[in-house]
Amino acid sequence: MKIHIPNSAFLGNIDPFIRGFDPSSPETLEITANDKWIAIHPIVLSMLAALGSTLRPEDILCRKLEAKSRHYLVRMGLFKSLGIPSDISIVEHEPAGRFIPITRVRTSDELSRFMAEMIPLLHLEPGQARTIGYIVSELARNVIEHAEAEHGALLCAQYYKKSNSIRIGIADTGVGVKATISRSHAAETDLDAIRLALQPGITGATRREGGTEQNAGAGLFFIKSIASVNRDFFAIYSGSGLFKLLKSTSLKPRLKADPFEDRHSKEGDLPFWRGTAVGADITLDQTAEFSSLLDAVGNTYRAAVRERVKARYKRPRFL
Amino acid sequence: MKRISILEKAGAFAENKDVARDIRLQDILPELDKGSEVVLDFEGVDAATQSFVHALISDVMRKHGGSALDLMAFKSCNEEVRKIISIVADYMQEGMGPP
Repeated sequence: MKIHIPNSAFLGNIDPFIRGFDPSSPETLEITANDKWIAIHPIVLSMLAALGSTLRPEDILCRKLEAKSRHYLVRMGLFKSLGIPSDISIVEHEPAGRFIPITRVRTSDELSRFMAEMIPLLHLEPGQARTIGYIVSELARNVIEHAEAEHGALLCAQYYKKSNSIRIGIADTGVGVKATISRSHAAETDLDAIRLALQPGITGATRREGGTEQNAGAGLFFIKSIASVNRDFFAIYSGSGLFKLLKSTSLKPRLKADPFEDRHSKEGDLPFWRGTAVGADITLDQTAEFSSLLDAVGNTYRAAVRERVKARYKRPRFL
Repeated sequence: MKRISILEKAGAFAENKDVARDIRLQDILPELDKGSEVVLDFEGVDAATQSFVHALISDVMRKHGGSALDLMAFKSCNEEVRKIISIVADYMQEGMGPP
């Protein structure tokens, strides 16, 4: 595998980074980077860490990094997570208030412990902390419960002062969205599966309305809704499919049950990512009251369930 | 009537679905099976995820139908927790059809 860390890769312009990923020869990983400057979204770091987690350190080759901002990769714990040495020296800072370095979560209890430690680290207002905690919990639980990812979920987050936003990345090398959704729904392509996974009440665990006793199929819809209402980016990449929720131009975006009705971009023929990678941006200035978001989520959810139930009604036969 | 403190079992950020499952199986369902009432006390709980609430009550509603909400009460919920519980209760009833 080969992966190149570009000059800039955030959710708005992440497509070239993904297109440049070479998944061939999965027994080795070669990492290269832009020589001048590296400014990347946490999803990029999570993906690098997830790829590295499948390999022994001696099978990972990281070319010498020249970019002035290379110390950022050390601070976020990339080399530590890959198990490879780095000659980049930095002055370690306490992460409080700025970032969550790359962290691996494999079990439900590990996640609960991580959640308890993570929220104080971000030094956020209680409402903002709840929103971020909500997103991280739902995304990581998806991996733990559905992804069959031997190496767990690799996640990290960064606070950006200039935009007053938190950017979150989480990646795994599990079975991917198509395999999990296809257990209960017909999905021909990775993009079809992503589209289904983002709809309220659709879970790979069952076709039954209301889900199973443990799964409703609502987690990703909630997260996409948070990003949509806040007019933030949200991206999900699995297999060869990428769905990206674009920033809404409307001041009061309406929630849509079908993600393809949102303002979005999509690609279906990208280099194959074995597993799932998700990125979300949450701008704290405009974080809508979680309470009003829940009103909108509830209405959209009920309408979607009602429509699906109605679609299954038998029709009278008129002769 | 049995009172169950969610804070004691799941913490102030109630998100662990395994904990929710244990509460459902060990505390809620046995009481409802006997026809007894259960009070789920959210005092001190700042937030609960939809996944947690779903794991806590969806199967109770499926097994006991509409009467589950007659026998289960939710105490000291903040506005957000209240809304998440309502979303789960609504979509379960929508999916189950009219009472």
